[in-house]
Amino acid sequence: MEDRWHDIDLILNRAGNLVGPGFEPGPELRDLLQSDDTRVLCVGAGGLGCEILKDLALSGFVNIDVIDMDTIDVSNLNRQFLFRPRDVGKSKALVAAERINARVSGVQVVPHHCRIEEKPAEFYKQFTVIVLGLDSLEARRYMNSVVCSFLGFEDDGSTDFSTIKPMVDGGTEGFKGHARVIYPGYTPCFECTLWLFPPQVKFPLCTLAETPRTAPHCIEYAHLILWGQVRQGEDFDADNEEHMQWVYQRALERSQQYGIPGVTYQLTQGVVKNIIPAIASTNAIISAVCVLEAIKIVTMCSPGLNNYMMYMGSQGIYTHTVAYERDPKCPICSPGVPLDVEQSMTLKEVLDKMMVDPVLSTLLKKPSVSYGSKNLYVAQGIFEADTRVNLQKTIGELVPDERPILTVNDKSLSAPMRVMLRFTDKMVM
Amino acid sequence: MEVVDKSRRYDRQIRIWGSHGQRNLENSKVALINCSATGSEVLKNLVLGGIASFCIVDNAKVTRRDLGNNFLVEHSHLGESRAKVVTALLQELNESVAGSYVEEDPSTLMSSNPAFFSNFTLVIATQVHELETVRLDELCRQMKIPLLVARSYGLVGYLRVSVPEHLVIESKPDNSVDDLRLHSPFPELLEFVNSFDLINMDDLMHQHIPFVVLLLKAAEKWRKLRDGVHSSAVPSAEATISPVCASKDRAMLKDIINGMRRQSPEGLPTDHANFDEALKAAFHVHSPPVAIPSEVQSILDDSCATQLTAESDDFWIIVSALKSFMDNEGNGQLPLQGSIPDMHALTDLYLSLQHLYRDKAEADVSHVEARVQALLKKLGRDSNSISRETVRLICRNARNLRLVRYRTLMEEFGGESSSNRGCSVLQIALHGEQSSLHEAASVYVLLRAADKFFAAYGRYPGCYDGQIEADVPALKSLTTQILNEVGATGSSVSDDCVVEMCRFGAAELHVIAAVMGGMAAQEVIKVITKQFTPAPGTLIYNGIHATMNIFYL
Repeated sequence: MEDRWHDIDLILNRAGNLVGPGFEPGPELRDLLQSDDTRVLCVGAGGLGCEILKDLALSGFVNIDVIDMDTIDVSNLNRQFLFRPRDVGKSKALVAAERINARVSGVQVVPHHCRIEEKPAEFYKQFTVIVLGLDSLEARRYMNSVVCSFLGFEDDGSTDFSTIKPMVDGGTEGFKGHARVIYPGYTPCFECTLWLFPPQVKFPLCTLAETPRTAPHCIEYAHLILWGQVRQGEDFDADNEEHMQWVYQRALERSQQYGIPGVTYQLTQGVVKNIIPAIASTNAIISAVCVLEAIKIVTMCSPGLNNYMMYMGSQGIYTHTVAYERDPKCPICSPGVPLDVEQSMTLKEVLDKMMVDPVLSTLLKKPSVSYGSKNLYVAQGIFEADTRVNLQKTIGELVPDERPILTVNDKSLSAPMRVMLRFTDKMVM
Repeated sequence: MEVVDKSRRYDRQIRIWGSHGQRNLENSKVALINCSATGSEVLKNLVLGGIASFCIVDNAKVTRRDLGNNFLVEHSHLGESRAKVVTALLQELNESVAGSYVEEDPSTLMSSNPAFFSNFTLVIATQVHELETVRLDELCRQMKIPLLVARSYGLVGYLRVSVPEHLVIESKPDNSVDDLRLHSPFPELLEFVNSFDLINMDDLMHQHIPFVVLLLKAAEKWRKLRDGVHSSAVPSAEATISPVCASKDRAMLKDIINGMRRQSPEGLPTDHANFDEALKAAFHVHSPPVAIPSEVQSILDDSCATQLTAESDDFWIIVSALKSFMDNEGNGQLPLQGSIPDMHALTDLYLSLQHLYRDKAEADVSHVEARVQALLKKLGRDSNSISRETVRLICRNARNLRLVRYRTLMEEFGGESSSNRGCSVLQIALHGEQSSLHEAASVYVLLRAADKFFAAYGRYPGCYDGQIEADVPALKSLTTQILNEVGATGSSVSDDCVVEMCRFGAAELHVIAAVMGGMAAQEVIKVITKQFTPAPGTLIYNGIHATMNIFYL
């Protein structure tokens, strides 16, 4: 009688020529996949997350965690197939875990109904690979910075491979999608390629206030300007039907006043909530591509994606894979953002220089600095007074090494950052 | 069971294909052959999307292998009819979808009751052997029902739509250039432009003149300077669509636009948004996009449009009317699309411009409609049989019309008649430098070879550990045979791929079934909604290197 995992075993047990580096075929490989040592985290239990969980469970993974802060909505039901009408209002993570556990015997999905920021870094450190099914740039940047904060570097700045925590990131929008593999410190991290994502277009205020021309202008006027004027003190809640109806009515009035066609309730929701159209098929494709890469990461059974695949399904079917390169100065995944200083500069002067550096100034507000385990200056809290004295000491005195890597912490950062000091007044042999 | 408001449930997809597209889906009945992992995944996506009903044809029982790769079965169902189990679990996903099944061998059903398939809007065949898909394709073509074929095999997959002709009015491409006619402005547009006195208007107005006006004023100056001609005659479409515009001419236009800016009190040129928009749109004047895209020209020239009969599809009658419109009132151009993008402008000016384009587009619709009615009369058909709404839809989408024709599977797989086309496509891929294309072509040939292997030996290559080594050369020689059959003698597939194919042992992995299931469902939706463009050939998915390629075979 054939085993349940017969199909997976065919790929894991047999040698081949088109395999990943270090692939060792044999039954031990599935044992590894299913051991307590192999844990996978699925970030998100929505359109991608439901598919990812199913794909992981039916690929032999046993220890799976899923994290999502959202609750189920009716509009999810066209693609988030683990949820039923009776589940509306419940936690996505909890229901998703329950359904997968019930359907696939032996799998253990552990749900976490909370924000990703609420988990400490140590939580994320326990996973072998992390698969992202997110719908926002901010959430991706956060996960990216956490995973990159685990990186260790050798003295020569090269990555300590044992500290790499691989991540697979998927995203979809209508018929389009992408899947990418991130080995922090080796392939580009999310921050290295931030330029891939153009800034969201916002309507100029004068257009909204004085020269509206289209239905979205009327809607955003009601949402962003009129609400604040008329319903002072009340935070606008896009999930509150009364709030949405109010915006719709005011938008409609404005459009009628100006003779602008096209304001509907559906458009109002779309503009205010920035709704991204979504269908089951694209989510299914991208999630499966991501999970296949996760399987490859853990087992090496096939060559991995290098490293960013775009999918376009509206006109025919088309994919394009690019091997993006790391940004050697990336503030998140490089050994350190370089900063040229003189040994004779005081710590305060070094901090000031950080605040005018083109890269660092965008990320920092009130930085604290440490060198290894030694706090050089703590900007806030009880240690501020103690470390204040260091501000007047020279950096050469505080950090006597050749190319010291400082760890910079700041409230505005999601994880500590590295800055590598280059002494311009010192001869480096 | 709770009933959910459909407009809320399907909101996220209605925003893509509209309620008319959704209606098509909700009226469609789909047949699925084989509900192993691949078939189950296709149907899962379609059920979630809201098809009217499905019927599964499969006589297998649920085995332990199904538990390992199929989400639509449960442990408690071991030994039961797989079709019955999958049907029940699919129905849980959407209470509006009706499901049924036939516990029969699909092959037998094709012989004993071919009329069965005539009940459906579309048939999906998964994990079906090549010989059987050819039979099924013949049947579906006879019944004029679209067929979709999908296959998961190890880390690779195959996908193919098969229908004689698929017409798309609303292809909705991601990037479409606005149809502003700035290279050959129509009289009403010129009249509007000429009503503005840019020199004497106040500053506020000047900053809020739509870029269309600025650009046309600049274009007039530009033509006079460039051609040295003192003429204000409207250039005809042919005259202005000239070969690539010289960079010095482009720079001249840019300078003219910038020269029209007002100056700030300090004497510097202002940077108002409407002028920036005019610069960005300058290509409309100096390097306009081709008036008739090649895909549309092919449709206009197609024999279906030039040789109308009373039985011709409405689409071809309208296309024929489009053609004669272009030869007359259209001046070589398709009907005006009618929409304009948002642009920095006073509300009233923008709305006036918007109405102007809309009215002109509607006037073009009237001309086309008149020609449609003349054709209907000539063909002896009722002049009310084609609505103005339909004519308008085609006029608005004229620049994005798509026509896809698919050869039969017999033509793709068999015999001499296919050899020229398949041969050259595969030869080019297998002799070329591009490794991903080479690998995809190898996979295509190997999938066919695997089916030949099965036909010869009653099993798939590499399905037993002990025989992999012997199976490799046997499979390789079958690929040589196939390449000879299609006339590509001298080409050969990658040896690494032959080994890999045997390694797969015809495994049906869930992740590959999910990828193929997603793509198959996507293509089915395109065929049913008649929106967006289906993949126009045979798709090979290669999960080894995460690539997808389409072959026209």
